[in-house]
Amino acid sequence: MTTTTKPTYTATELMACVAARTLEDKRTVLVGTGLPMIGAILAQRTHAPGLVIIFEAGGVNPRVPTLPISVGDSRTFYHASAASSMHNVMSACQAGYVDFGFLGGAMMDRYGNLNTTVIGPWEAPEVRLPGSGGANDVGSLAQRTIIIIRQDRRKFVERVNFITTPGYLDGPGARERAGLPEGSGPYRVITQLAVYDFDEASKRLRLRALHPGVSTDDVRAASSFDLLLAETLEVTAPPTEEERRLLQEIDPAGMVIGK
Amino acid sequence: MMEILAQGQGELIGWHDPDENRRWVLENKSRELRDKRKSVTQAVREYIHDGDYLALGGFGHVRVSMAVVYEIIRQRRQHLVLAGKTAVHDADILIGSGCVDRIEVAYAFAQELRGLSPAGRRAVESGACRVVGETSNAGYQWRFLAGMLGVPFIPSRNLLGSDTLARSSCKVARDPWSEKPVCLIPAAYPDVAVFHVPRCDIYGNAQIDGTLIMDWELARAARRVIVTTEEIIAPEVIQERPWHTAIPFYVVDAVCEVPFGAHPTNMPYLYYFDEEHIGEWLEMSKTPEGTRDYFDKYVYGVPDYGAYLELVGGETKRAYLADVEHLRQPLRAPWLQKK
Repeated sequence: MTTTTKPTYTATELMACVAARTLEDKRTVLVGTGLPMIGAILAQRTHAPGLVIIFEAGGVNPRVPTLPISVGDSRTFYHASAASSMHNVMSACQAGYVDFGFLGGAMMDRYGNLNTTVIGPWEAPEVRLPGSGGANDVGSLAQRTIIIIRQDRRKFVERVNFITTPGYLDGPGARERAGLPEGSGPYRVITQLAVYDFDEASKRLRLRALHPGVSTDDVRAASSFDLLLAETLEVTAPPTEEERRLLQEIDPAGMVIGK
Repeated sequence: MMEILAQGQGELIGWHDPDENRRWVLENKSRELRDKRKSVTQAVREYIHDGDYLALGGFGHVRVSMAVVYEIIRQRRQHLVLAGKTAVHDADILIGSGCVDRIEVAYAFAQELRGLSPAGRRAVESGACRVVGETSNAGYQWRFLAGMLGVPFIPSRNLLGSDTLARSSCKVARDPWSEKPVCLIPAAYPDVAVFHVPRCDIYGNAQIDGTLIMDWELARAARRVIVTTEEIIAPEVIQERPWHTAIPFYVVDAVCEVPFGAHPTNMPYLYYFDEEHIGEWLEMSKTPEGTRDYFDKYVYGVPDYGAYLELVGGETKRAYLADVEHLRQPLRAPWLQKK
């Protein structure tokens, strides 16, 4: 790290703010548990008041009062446009009504393929993880998927040993060959160090922006695979005081943001 | 003949030939508007058997019939196969108790924001509970949709290209119209499904407040259905707003009145998660001994659900959780301090 002064914000706060800024007003976003929820709620309370937040259990366009513990709890349809069903939401996703899918991940490869199922052999797991949940559905069916993950060499891996959720599989055209919806796929990856997109030609992960005080060497040291670099690298703006205040308001118990 | 392009290696559970299931429905499901009230003890004894393929309504820790979950454990059912459709606290408890030894997983062994489940993970990593196959939440949703429709499968565009599919019971075929690959998700007909609802009449016409999650489809796909309800209401009240009936009487086999019957899970508009109780479970279930102590204290050590409710805080706790649900009090969550 090249920082000389300790920032006043945490990495989690920064990730939440970057997540929020990635979302666009008057679009739909299907969110997973934790930081994706916080990012979407923050976006709605800042630049994207018309952002439509959707939860897999059926909540459509709620005014989420405080951070839900579950993507299905009562906070996910508080003052909502609809308390529908999973069938309604997943069908909408498959039919093209969901612009953004927002996922957390355990392990990821250069094509944005995610593993949240198992570490070690599937038949005899070293660590059993939760499985897909709605992640495969979101990663398969949302038009643009945003992934939030804390990167290190064990999480940014050469090959995921289990593709729970498809990214670009093994490269250009692979999603369409598999039958996944045309033009869909991973869009951004947000980590505690940087923001990535995917190179148009190779569909490989490409560094797009560095967080304040982070160097490309830091980022490379925290990945097991080679990273492509965009021609010009942006630097992430730090969280504003207003954003930080809103994060505390969204997660007053400090479940994700911390106290 | 449809061209099959790929096939998952997961075990196909709960599938029947559509004519076989239709025959079963014709022969076994009563159309009579009759009083289906039973105690939870009776309902579990009658409709949940060793080895059954069981599915629970709600969302793992939202609107789960915990009264039935505890009674399954109290009656020491064995070798249940669980539909791991967003299985959270329900699965954790059932797997931890040893009643469930196989599971098809869309989501299991974890508690969303609370992190991974000690008991569930221990069981799956030691082999005490075996994963028979993987799928996704929509994958499970659409298994029940196919079951409800009485068709053998639903074509879909999720799961394709993934190892989730490779370990599922799905197949990939070429769509004869678009000629693109499509995933074929097989129907599922659980032996028994259990729901907790806010209101239901004695015939089984049930209303749900908040999201339906998969309950609409699951209730119509399952062979036997137990409904526990916060209160039993008059059929005339159902008839005033018949469009509120989410589960119709003809699929329901038993109705049990159990106020606060979803504790410690979230019952929308009535009570929020009891994070103090779930936190106690997460702490105790870190060891096999602690897990046994939990069941001795909260299940085997109490005669029924009413006694359990008194043990977890009774009316004071219910009123507090109602306040949290309605944002009148902050959430108390001991697991937060340990994160």
